[in-house]
Amino acid sequence: MAKKHVEVGTTAVAMAMRQINPDVLAAYPITPQTAIVQTFSQYVADGKVDTEFITVESEHSAMSSCVGAAAAGARVMTATGSAGLALMWEILSVASGLRLPITMVNVNRALSAPINIHCDHSDSMGARDSGWIQIYSENSQEAYDNVIQAIRIAEVEEVRLPVMVMLDGFIISHGIEEFETLEDDEVRNFIGEYKPKYSLLNVNEPISHGPLQLFDYYFETKRQQADAIYKARSVIEKVSSQYEKLSGRNQPIIEKYFTDDAEYIIVVLSSTAGTAKSVVNELRKKGLKVGLIKPRIFRPFPYYEIIETLKNTKAIAVLDRSNSFGAQGGPLYIEIRSALYELTQKPLIKNYIYGLGGRDISLKNIRSVYSDLEKIVKTGRVEKPVSYLGVRK
Amino acid sequence: MKIVKKGWKEIPIGGVILEAGNASEYNTGDWRSQRPIWDEEKCIHCLLCYVYCPDSSIEVEDKKMIGINYFYCKGCGICAEVCPKQAIELIPETKTSEPETKISERGE
Repeated sequence: MAKKHVEVGTTAVAMAMRQINPDVLAAYPITPQTAIVQTFSQYVADGKVDTEFITVESEHSAMSSCVGAAAAGARVMTATGSAGLALMWEILSVASGLRLPITMVNVNRALSAPINIHCDHSDSMGARDSGWIQIYSENSQEAYDNVIQAIRIAEVEEVRLPVMVMLDGFIISHGIEEFETLEDDEVRNFIGEYKPKYSLLNVNEPISHGPLQLFDYYFETKRQQADAIYKARSVIEKVSSQYEKLSGRNQPIIEKYFTDDAEYIIVVLSSTAGTAKSVVNELRKKGLKVGLIKPRIFRPFPYYEIIETLKNTKAIAVLDRSNSFGAQGGPLYIEIRSALYELTQKPLIKNYIYGLGGRDISLKNIRSVYSDLEKIVKTGRVEKPVSYLGVRK
Repeated sequence: MKIVKKGWKEIPIGGVILEAGNASEYNTGDWRSQRPIWDEEKCIHCLLCYVYCPDSSIEVEDKKMIGINYFYCKGCGICAEVCPKQAIELIPETKTSEPETKISERGE
């Protein structure tokens, strides 16, 4: 039986972590993630979990501890955000390169400078090539659901990769929402007992983790890793449909909102999708054929589903909550524009960089995007392929 | 012993090594760009090269040098440098035509 709660997003995540009951959790506090590990540390102190909680002196050490514990054969979790994720950077690719199924919650927060504690996606987008699976959550419910599913996805034999679950800093992490949790035993049965592929603690089958591979084998190991994250796509679909049987919540790898007959589509990640959906509802009532796509996963990138959904659209707006400085646009836009290259009849496409450093994205902003798309279709051309939404002139 | 490099589908994931004591299988000889050639006629078996070689690639039997192990030799040239009789000469790998016979004898 599902239980309803009204709590902040960090509590939703901590509740999922309590039910998962990982063997090891190593973490360092950082706003706005702190409340997750703080709540979890209370569960540890109260004996509600069996987790070995390693308090460390930095995020570099947190991820290093996770790597060590995972190589030892433990089910491992951590949480971070912004500068914390940036400080983990070196060890992120160690975790994925060693194929260690670590689950990390990243509460999206802008990177310094200027120093800022609010939401944008510059932290996780900066880690998009680290070899981690990336799942983005729209709200507290999705964050809870994604964290539980991440454990399963990471540990599947053909995947064995670390997974990052994102939720928007403050907007979701500190916003109070209603969400449902599963029963403890439902979660435990769903994730099952962790059986590591290799364990440093297994003295009967001694192994070495992390040896040097130069020009003779490094390339083969990286090719293998590319195959694993490619295979993760169908694994995520499978895990999500199994989870749906428990939760009753359908979570495809891309969420399509009124896209079937849509002429104008916005593509956006995370909490802004919620804001955009309410604009879709409003404009649909007026008879406008508008729709929305919310990719739930960014790595592996669901390019096939994106092409299939967008191929008959007239115009697309991709909203990026981070910038790839000096690139042709934001990270999400670059991926989608590239995916559409497959099509002979290409829809018109425009990129908006928005919400940096927590700048609010309003209903008015979203309305302006849909009306821009109408204009673009009328004139048949995109004047400025990349523009900034909500910045002062 | 012939070393066959495996393809990406055949190796354990994440570069994990499943067997112990396998560093001896690592053909560091393929890093070499210059090959030391030993001239047995000039050699006085002082074994200075044996002492200086950082990779233990000078092969000795009954206190006499018998050859160079090209499976491990990285071609650093220290042996040629220390030889008092110029009995070791370095030649570019690109100019060598002889097969590296020592590789096939390794491990026998």
